[in-house]
Amino acid sequence: MRKDRFSVLWLQAGSCGGCTMSLIEHGRRGLFAELDAFGIELVWHPSLSEETGEEARAILEAVEAGERRLDALVVEGSVLMGPAGTGRCQILAGTGRTMADWVTSLARRAGVVVAVGSCAAYGGIPRAEPDPAEATGLQFDGADRGGALGAGFRAKGGLPVVAVAGCAPHPGWIVETLAALAAGVLSAEDLDGAGRPKFFADHLAHHGCSRNEFYEFKASAERASDRGCLMEHLGCKATQAVGDCNQRAWNGSGSCTDGGYACIGCTSPGFETARGFLVTPKIAGIPVGLPLDMPKAWFMALAALSKSATPRRVRLNAISDHVVVPPGRGRRGSEGGEG
Amino acid sequence: MSRVVVGPFNRVEGDLEVHLDVEDGVVVSAEVSVPLYRGFEQILVGRPLEDALVMAPRICGICSVSQSIAAARAIAGFAGVEMPPNGALAPALAHAAENVADHLTHFHLFFMPDFARKAYAGAPWHAAIAERFTAISGTTTAEFLPARARLLEIMGAIAGKWPHSLAFRAGGTTRSLDLGDVVRLKAILADVRAFAEGPLFGHRLEAIAELSTLADLDAVAAGPGDFAAFLRLADTLRLAEVGRGPGLVMSFGAYPGVGPAGAPLFSAGVLDVSTGERSDLAIERIGEDPSRSWLAGEAGPPGRATTEPDVEREGAYSWAKAPRYGGRTVEVGACARQLVDGAPLAQALVAAAGGTGVAQRVILRLVETARVLVAMERWVDAFARGGSFCAEGTLPTDGSGVGLVEAARGSLGHWATVRGGRIVRWQIIAPTTWNFSPRDGAGRPGPLEQALEGLVVGDDGARSTMVQHVVRSFDPCMVCTAH
Repeated sequence: MRKDRFSVLWLQAGSCGGCTMSLIEHGRRGLFAELDAFGIELVWHPSLSEETGEEARAILEAVEAGERRLDALVVEGSVLMGPAGTGRCQILAGTGRTMADWVTSLARRAGVVVAVGSCAAYGGIPRAEPDPAEATGLQFDGADRGGALGAGFRAKGGLPVVAVAGCAPHPGWIVETLAALAAGVLSAEDLDGAGRPKFFADHLAHHGCSRNEFYEFKASAERASDRGCLMEHLGCKATQAVGDCNQRAWNGSGSCTDGGYACIGCTSPGFETARGFLVTPKIAGIPVGLPLDMPKAWFMALAALSKSATPRRVRLNAISDHVVVPPGRGRRGSEGGEG
Repeated sequence: MSRVVVGPFNRVEGDLEVHLDVEDGVVVSAEVSVPLYRGFEQILVGRPLEDALVMAPRICGICSVSQSIAAARAIAGFAGVEMPPNGALAPALAHAAENVADHLTHFHLFFMPDFARKAYAGAPWHAAIAERFTAISGTTTAEFLPARARLLEIMGAIAGKWPHSLAFRAGGTTRSLDLGDVVRLKAILADVRAFAEGPLFGHRLEAIAELSTLADLDAVAAGPGDFAAFLRLADTLRLAEVGRGPGLVMSFGAYPGVGPAGAPLFSAGVLDVSTGERSDLAIERIGEDPSRSWLAGEAGPPGRATTEPDVEREGAYSWAKAPRYGGRTVEVGACARQLVDGAPLAQALVAAAGGTGVAQRVILRLVETARVLVAMERWVDAFARGGSFCAEGTLPTDGSGVGLVEAARGSLGHWATVRGGRIVRWQIIAPTTWNFSPRDGAGRPGPLEQALEGLVVGDDGARSTMVQHVVRSFDPCMVCTAH
């Protein structure tokens, strides 16, 4: 007899559906073959399952009544509490009940609750001022513990909400998290302080950035499409944002910084509260958002030093949309350099 | 008469609830409700102009590039930026990749699985369709999902990632492609062509793109492939006769700047299907009416509208407003786009059936897919070596702009006003806002509401598969609809 499958019920709360779109990019043989390989069964998914209308309601009701085992409840999208705390910004169609009500009720039945995307994790973009729908995450409201399920919530299996942050998250983050849960190898020690699996959250988006040489010399892009570092002028938060974003390929090869634009810190609780995403905020010409764990004076001193040592090649390529000075070759090796 | 509620209406993008009044097994009236509101038009107000490029794509995870490009065009409209040729080709390619991915996702994952349902178990064609298209376990998914992922690798090269990229700007795209990138794009398109010409069409893309008569279609229907299987189903179930559209179709024009003299690939315009009268698009004729929405305010043009929730509004039943063109309801989407573009097959299909319908929408979505894939190969060959991908412009601190785009599901518009560098108004009308509009102040039902009227559901009520086919034939994107 086949071993029990790891059952996953997926709900879309106040979402754009982008996390699901990311999800179905995963797997060389397709998502469903990949899930099958990990013993994961989709009990119901709003975009993918056959069951509709009353059939879908019957599944939700059976889980809610405890008649059907649920290993994981996955929620995509913010939980919408508005207007005025009523939750009417999202009614689960055909049920007359708010999605906030369904989510909190079904969460009590699940072995583990997984927030897929920064909306479900922390509130995300819908939570941006003026927060029209009173959006919140499952266990965080922005950076504050709490959210729809409350700070003290633990699923039946003992874990707090597992937060696959990102907007949208890398498909690998989602599937690897679910696979680790299905295999029973993801424990509380594998999550960081914001509920994110450490396998992607113990890195910074900056790590592996193809613009690293420009960063080292503080050779900065001035316009969108310049090749230089995006941190000094164009708003990049990759040195502060967690994620192995530049250590895995997005859509075959890309990443935000590789695509020529700033990291907006989409894995961070409350990233939506920023204003002026594409411009680096500065005080007296100095960027305010410097790397978190480096003394500011040291950073400034090193930046000044490296700026003064910037090779001509790096300086010119930084403000061009293609390589204008290639790296030096051969023994002389300095044809692109200052000398 | 009985009233039935259909929901959750899944295998659509986002949340949808449909109310049907049924008498003697026939739908006499329908109400289409969008039960999700996040409030993007409120969120955008007060922000620096370019923050719209961060916020707008996040309205929708399935047509994120369409939202990005609409926002970038709204900004370009008053920033006066001219894209360099490469800066028009690259977003067109990324946008086409999204639109083709959406068309194919709709066909394989959202629409076709309804024919695999047990309700059809007695039909002679059912076993073969169920093997191919049963949700999740059907054999098409193992072929389609890898092909879809491969197609979206175009985003890795042009846009960094998908969904939700910041690569799309008023002046072009932020990543310059080098020779290796261009060759990689060609390799991706070759792989997608192999999928499309294999299990999907069983014919050369050019042959599908050039289909122009019903006899041409019949010849394809007799052959191999999933498209042919649908053509046979459409014939057997008479799907051309159900889900009749409102008679007026519209397109904002798709993929501008890629044709000769900057012409779009598919032209803009408005067509009255019943009279054959075609007119130029006049965007000043577009208005929105919140009379039956959980929103405050009066009917008017989007350039002067506001968005403010009012859940107590009398008679309201949807978070969507009711868009109208000169007071009339309008159908948008691939079927509308191909009709407005004058595609002979589109005209033949609509003439034969007396209007748009379920089969016409699905057939033209796939034929458009072939036309777009062929064009994408041309665009990849047109990149200018060493040319710029992004023009720089100066962002004005005051002004108004309109960004129009054809998303996979039809016409998407952004109406933006900025004062002192801050957004003071950002109004959005999305494709499914048109198609799944609620009633307006005069009580006129929206296109889907009309399309469901007269539908025979028999004793099945909410379980009617025909209701499923009609609703999904529009390929609704509900997250965009009320945003």
